[in-house]
Amino acid sequence: MSIDTKKLTLKVFRFNKDTDYLPYYDTVEMEVSKDELVLDIMNRIKWEHDGSFSYRRSCRHGICGSCAIKVNKKPTLACKDRVFDLVDIFGEELVLEPQDIKRAYKDMIIDKENFWTKYNSVQPYLVADIDEHPEAENIVSQEDAELLDEADYCIQCGSCFYACPAVEVNPEYTGPAALVKAWRFNSDVRDTAVNSRLDSLQQLGSGIWDCVKCNECAEACPKELNPIDKITKLHQQTFQNERSLKNVAVRHAVGFKWSIKKHGILDEGELVRYSEGNIGVMKHIPEAIAMYKRGKIVMPWNMPKSKNLDEIKKLVEISSTARY
Amino acid sequence: MEKLKYALYTGCTARESTPELLMSTMAIADKLGIEIVLLDEASCCGASHLQDFDDMLSLVLNARNICYAEKLGLPMVTICNTCQLNTAMAKDRLDSDPELKAKVNEKLAEVGLEYKGTSEVKHFLYALQDDYGYENIASQVTNPMSDINIASFYGCHNIRPSHLQNKSNGGENAYRPVSLDNLVTALGGNAVDYESKSKCCGFHVELQNPTTANKLSATAMLDAIDQNADMMVTPCPLCHLRMDVQQHNISKEAGRPVDIAVLHLPQMVGIALGIDPKELGLHHNVTQTGLDL
Repeated sequence: MSIDTKKLTLKVFRFNKDTDYLPYYDTVEMEVSKDELVLDIMNRIKWEHDGSFSYRRSCRHGICGSCAIKVNKKPTLACKDRVFDLVDIFGEELVLEPQDIKRAYKDMIIDKENFWTKYNSVQPYLVADIDEHPEAENIVSQEDAELLDEADYCIQCGSCFYACPAVEVNPEYTGPAALVKAWRFNSDVRDTAVNSRLDSLQQLGSGIWDCVKCNECAEACPKELNPIDKITKLHQQTFQNERSLKNVAVRHAVGFKWSIKKHGILDEGELVRYSEGNIGVMKHIPEAIAMYKRGKIVMPWNMPKSKNLDEIKKLVEISSTARY
Repeated sequence: MEKLKYALYTGCTARESTPELLMSTMAIADKLGIEIVLLDEASCCGASHLQDFDDMLSLVLNARNICYAEKLGLPMVTICNTCQLNTAMAKDRLDSDPELKAKVNEKLAEVGLEYKGTSEVKHFLYALQDDYGYENIASQVTNPMSDINIASFYGCHNIRPSHLQNKSNGGENAYRPVSLDNLVTALGGNAVDYESKSKCCGFHVELQNPTTANKLSATAMLDAIDQNADMMVTPCPLCHLRMDVQQHNISKEAGRPVDIAVLHLPQMVGIALGIDPKELGLHHNVTQTGLDL
């Protein structure tokens, strides 16, 4: 066998919501050449093995976002990812599955309703008073355009959304794709709905504070948009615009500053008390007792401090940019 | 082999809620002949939360921590995944943006420091893998982890985002990490293959959304248990704080017992090297291995 081709075993997820009680996997053996993309082999499965095999595809140029699937659980934009690159990671048996097997309609095609509901919830459009018959061009400076940080390059493929573990266990969570879209318009100097987006996206349970910071979205995005970084920018914007709520998550983020200023290293117990408040902190007593028994709690009078703490205090004073 | 020497950024938990992590790290470094200088000047890295509030402050504090490793002329090692990500992220931004670096150095100059970008930053796991070598560890094993099924739990902030992490983690693939499994094998144990090894434990939403945190921990731990793991091991003290300390709450959320011993990476290495369990701080773990050591 030439090194330019490899014989692969493909396990292909099959399911028809109208006729099948349970999904099953077809096994297809295939000789694949080094330049073939995942979309090429999906086409070959349909054209050479089973014409009923179904998947979404359109542009073949990484711009329509239709053909996103998972290969061995790795989010994959089929028209962008080379099969050989996946073989390098997973070996010569590849498992092709839809983005979320629980939402499969037919084979690789899923119901993306949850994705679009979240997407539509963030006012994913420009809200601005723009003269419909302007005398001159409505110019946005290069500097202002860069604030978007490429968030407008999102192709809505859903790779980040269906890779997000917070979305998986918390159906209320807005998820990375819609938050990237929220940033796209919240960073647009023309937009007038910035604060209304921030107000709704700060709600605990559904908004920006429910990101688990796992970076799965950054790893999954085929356009390398680093969605978690946009979520961080939304966090920061709530403080910059002085819209931040006074909930446990906000106090937790702010509490780091006070704790660092006081000790250099974190005072873990005090941070929990500051975040939860004097009453809320009570619910942590059972685990605090378990930890105390194992010597995992440092008493306030024994709190260690960083060496050269004066430097840290000074840096906190002169480098702080945000207000709460 | 030339003696390895590192500046150790302990992070906060190793000085407070996971004292066993610092104890076991120092114990195995000593046994393996690795020289460690503690960075006692270092502050908290902000734990991925401070930057949500104040990005510039977080950047300056992380740059300052790296300065102290640079002053010693040593590579920095971390023993917490989140410290690793925050430090590496600050380093990456400063090294690739001269304007930002100048701005941060302006602040650091006020306390007589300068960030240069000369020290590498890597997690201790990858120092063991890439600098020390697992074969050199394997040759010193006196108490092999034979017949013990060990599930490696990698923790997000050592493997993602890979474009950042691959500079210091030996090119570990975020979808198929192998470093911890290979270490388990080098120590004579059985590496448990399970899907959730690269998943999230939920630590960072523990306060605002304990349900999410408990569900995520439960999914990963039950996956390990269902693949016949006898114990789990993690390089991250934050994952450890969830999976070791929170099993009662995780079990409640899961509706079935989630009951498995969880070790820190250096504790596992220390057991195999025959180090006294007291020196490894095993008595500080909430879950106990039941091993006759």
